[in-house]
Amino acid sequence: MPETGLSLDSASVVLVWTAIAIYALAFIAYAVDLARRSDQALKAKDAVEARVLVGAAASAGRAAGGAGGAGQTIEEIRAEEAAAGVDLEARIGARRRYLWARIGTSLTVLGFVFHVGATVLRGIAAERVPWSNMYEFALTGTTLVIAVYLVVLLRYDLRFLGSFVTGLVIVLLGGAILAYYVEVVPLADPLKSIWLVVHVFVASLATALLALAFALSVLQLMQHRRERLAVAAAAASASTEGGKPRRQGPRFLRTLPSADALESLAYRFTIIGFIFWTFTLIAGSIWANDAWGRYWGFDTKEVWTFVIWVLYAGYIHARATRGWRGTRSAWLSIVGFSAVMFNFTIVNQFFKGLHVYSGLS
Amino acid sequence: MTDPLRPADHADAPAPSGDSAIAQPKLGFVGWTRWGWRQLTSMRTALVLLLLLAVAAIPGSIVPQRSADPNGVSQFRVDNPDLFPILDGMQLFDVYTSAWFSAIYILLFISLIGCVIPRTKHHWQALRARPPRTPARLARLDDHAETLIPVTGGEDPVVAAGRAIDLAQAQLKRGGYRVERYDRGDVASVSAERGYLRETGNLVFHGALVGVLIAVGVGGGLTYTGQTVITEGASFVNSPGLGYTSFNPGRFVDTNALPPYTVTLDSFDVTYTPIGEQGQGQAGDFAAHVTVQEPGQDAREGDIRVNHPLDVVGERLYLMGNGYAPTITVRDADGNVVFREDVEFLPQDANMTSLGVVKVPDGLPQQMGLVGFFYPSAANLNTGAFTSAFGDLLNPMLTLDVYVGDLGIDDGTPRNVYALDTGDMTQLTGRAIDVPSLELAPGETADLPDGLGTVTFENATQEGAPEAVKRYVSLSVHRDVGAPWVLTFAIIALAGLLAALFVPRRRMWVKATPTDAGLRIEYAGLARGEDPAIAAAVAQLSREHGEALGVPAGDTPGDGGAGGAAAGGSGVSGASDASGDGADAESPRPPSETPPKVD
Ligand code: HEM
Repeated sequence: MPETGLSLDSASVVLVWTAIAIYALAFIAYAVDLARRSDQALKAKDAVEARVLVGAAASAGRAAGGAGGAGQTIEEIRAEEAAAGVDLEARIGARRRYLWARIGTSLTVLGFVFHVGATVLRGIAAERVPWSNMYEFALTGTTLVIAVYLVVLLRYDLRFLGSFVTGLVIVLLGGAILAYYVEVVPLADPLKSIWLVVHVFVASLATALLALAFALSVLQLMQHRRERLAVAAAAASASTEGGKPRRQGPRFLRTLPSADALESLAYRFTIIGFIFWTFTLIAGSIWANDAWGRYWGFDTKEVWTFVIWVLYAGYIHARATRGWRGTRSAWLSIVGFSAVMFNFTIVNQFFKGLHVYSGLS
Repeated sequence: MTDPLRPADHADAPAPSGDSAIAQPKLGFVGWTRWGWRQLTSMRTALVLLLLLAVAAIPGSIVPQRSADPNGVSQFRVDNPDLFPILDGMQLFDVYTSAWFSAIYILLFISLIGCVIPRTKHHWQALRARPPRTPARLARLDDHAETLIPVTGGEDPVVAAGRAIDLAQAQLKRGGYRVERYDRGDVASVSAERGYLRETGNLVFHGALVGVLIAVGVGGGLTYTGQTVITEGASFVNSPGLGYTSFNPGRFVDTNALPPYTVTLDSFDVTYTPIGEQGQGQAGDFAAHVTVQEPGQDAREGDIRVNHPLDVVGERLYLMGNGYAPTITVRDADGNVVFREDVEFLPQDANMTSLGVVKVPDGLPQQMGLVGFFYPSAANLNTGAFTSAFGDLLNPMLTLDVYVGDLGIDDGTPRNVYALDTGDMTQLTGRAIDVPSLELAPGETADLPDGLGTVTFENATQEGAPEAVKRYVSLSVHRDVGAPWVLTFAIIALAGLLAALFVPRRRMWVKATPTDAGLRIEYAGLARGEDPAIAAAVAQLSREHGEALGVPAGDTPGDGGAGGAAAGGSGVSGASDASGDGADAESPRPPSETPPKVD
């Protein structure tokens, strides 16, 4: 019944565009939130300091801090971060009322409804799981990114990742529908396998978790830089009086937990993602053994899946190695996720191999 | 706190003291060996080797590999004749068996074994050791809580302390902790430890990786793969000398000991998406229906499909490809049959335009070769040439060009049966010399040029075949004794990984000190390895213990003054430093900003 299939598929496409439009609004709301956050935090802090008598050092620091987010003392930063650490774990009802973040989250949920609708319709149109070519993989994968983000929101107040998550999904989903879209066609024989359902789905789930970890690692580096500059400034002003306060990165960092806290959160997402990735690797080998007669053949896609696995094993080791914990391990997380994206886009399209499921010609 | 279970440069290990760096003793040979070994088995080396392994694997995805893509390698040689020998010298066409790649992973695994063995020994001891003595000052630990409870009813404070710790001990034991009492003088305390499974999982994981490597290596030596082609109605005999077009045995394979069986291809099914539907012309549902004859057993039928290989006496038969095998008969000028075969034509495109070669070495005045195309659904292109418009047999047609001369097979040089070397031959038909090619539909016969004889494209249904043109399948035959072991070790590794990453390993202490004001009870926890929930665990311990002691709920330490450490520090180890002493834990959030608590 190709007719119904076609019309369902075009409905799915309409839903995709709707979801993208809503995510774009969510992105804007989240971006506004980040821009306004530091002001709110500042105001809140001033209010506290107005009530509490503060020592000379702190008020000196505040003077600098009040001057447009320039240098703060490390003590101030630590206090802010400790508070942000508590906020991070706050229960849903007890979270800070960032108006724009709430708008962003509501819009994300709304977009997600359309997004899920698009994915499900595509699956119904195709009469199979909607992750059998690059377009569908991007469709389902981005659905999972948002799903994981929303589920994680129930536990941690990670709304400061909202603009990253929606931005990533807009780029991937928009790119997919523009560059990868293909009409529903029957499944090629090698893809008719239970392992398509399992292997590809778990790979998408892993990707979603690693994406969040990546964003946290980036923030960790920014926060670390802010802390380092503050310490350096303190050292400088101790030796030479009146060192000029330097800017310490975007001001929304003032509402984020410490680099350490961001790192341990990134680590938690990474290890779950790593477990899924390990499973993906094993499931893929079982499938390859059925489809191609060998469980491992260093096909280009296999190579990259392996490289990613080893990179993240390296990340986990780095986290446990003196001298590598912190900044260096964060870079490994960033490199690891870049490899994931490279594997999905460049390797799929341009590298020759057996994994020819992009559906593109 | 020194931890002998981990490599010396583990993040939790104490920083090396300055002295040892300065006062380096003179190292003899043994000293240097030991030093080298310690370097090799350090976390840093493992990490560097892991990263090297990742980087070293990448070229193999960029440069074609002999193992995965031999044709790509040949093509690369043609395209880059100057670059090829250089890259080949660097083993870039065999990355995964190259000396440098092997060196990296062998070093990595030596490091791994050198790391795991001592840790296993230590862990074995730790598994049987008792939890360690309670530290003197629990308050120095990051995650701790403290409470003061009144001693009621004139109970002896020392007895009350003992009773409180009894309760804590029972509570911890229920929570899966291994517990040990350390009472000293008036002070009662219990020390508890849990999560030994974490280290067990870690060791199992790393050990299973060695298992995977060994299974891959040994399995590879015992594995063989072979390729064969069977036409409908024909059979394959499982013997390297007879049935295979190519055969690649591992190092330890006894090629004479292959299980003797035959496989007959009864028919081959494929469906093509009809014209006018989405994905028209796409082939699918490939199925080779075969009869298997194992020695001493009744013949049995079976199907070989994509993703569903057929198991025959420990070997697996995979469906790798299919095509058409037109039956072609060549007769000499007197009408004697000099050639009659099902000739396998190799598909060139998705619509099964296929290329094939016939070699007639004997029976004609000169050796003759035919090269031609088979079109299952022939259609005319504007240029006058043919193409196939569909993969199925809608309008089968064969075109042949005739060459005579020397086939080049007499001197015994092996020649590709699918290619004709026309170097020593004269072309008699074809576009190149402006003589029309022979065109045949099934059942038709055409005269060869120069009165050489005739060629017939037989209609195979007359032989009892299901269709006018026979089909063939190419099969891959594998025996891989290593694969089940690789899978087993991989699953063990995954299970170990789950335990290693998610089982929290922690120590807990509860100490009761009688004071004038009542009982001072301290709780403390120490995470050993990643443990985001340690602070919450300490808070929970103190709360439940408080309840067990009958302290009113609001006063329990988990919610009290020390609760800041618990909440602020839960999972956020950096934050607990700041809030640990309560001084700078003051929230910058003014009361007006605090959202109402919803409970
Ligand atoms: C094939 C190479 C290796 C791979 C793929 C690998 C992978 C991993 C993974 C995934 C983990 C995290 C799970 C866990 O904590 O058990 C881990 C942890 C660990 N690995 Fe390895 N590893 C390798 C080699 C080594 C070597 C050579 C050493 C010895 C220096 C080592 C020492 C450790 C240690 C001590 C941990 C625990 C880290 C912690 O405390 O969090 N590994 N490894």
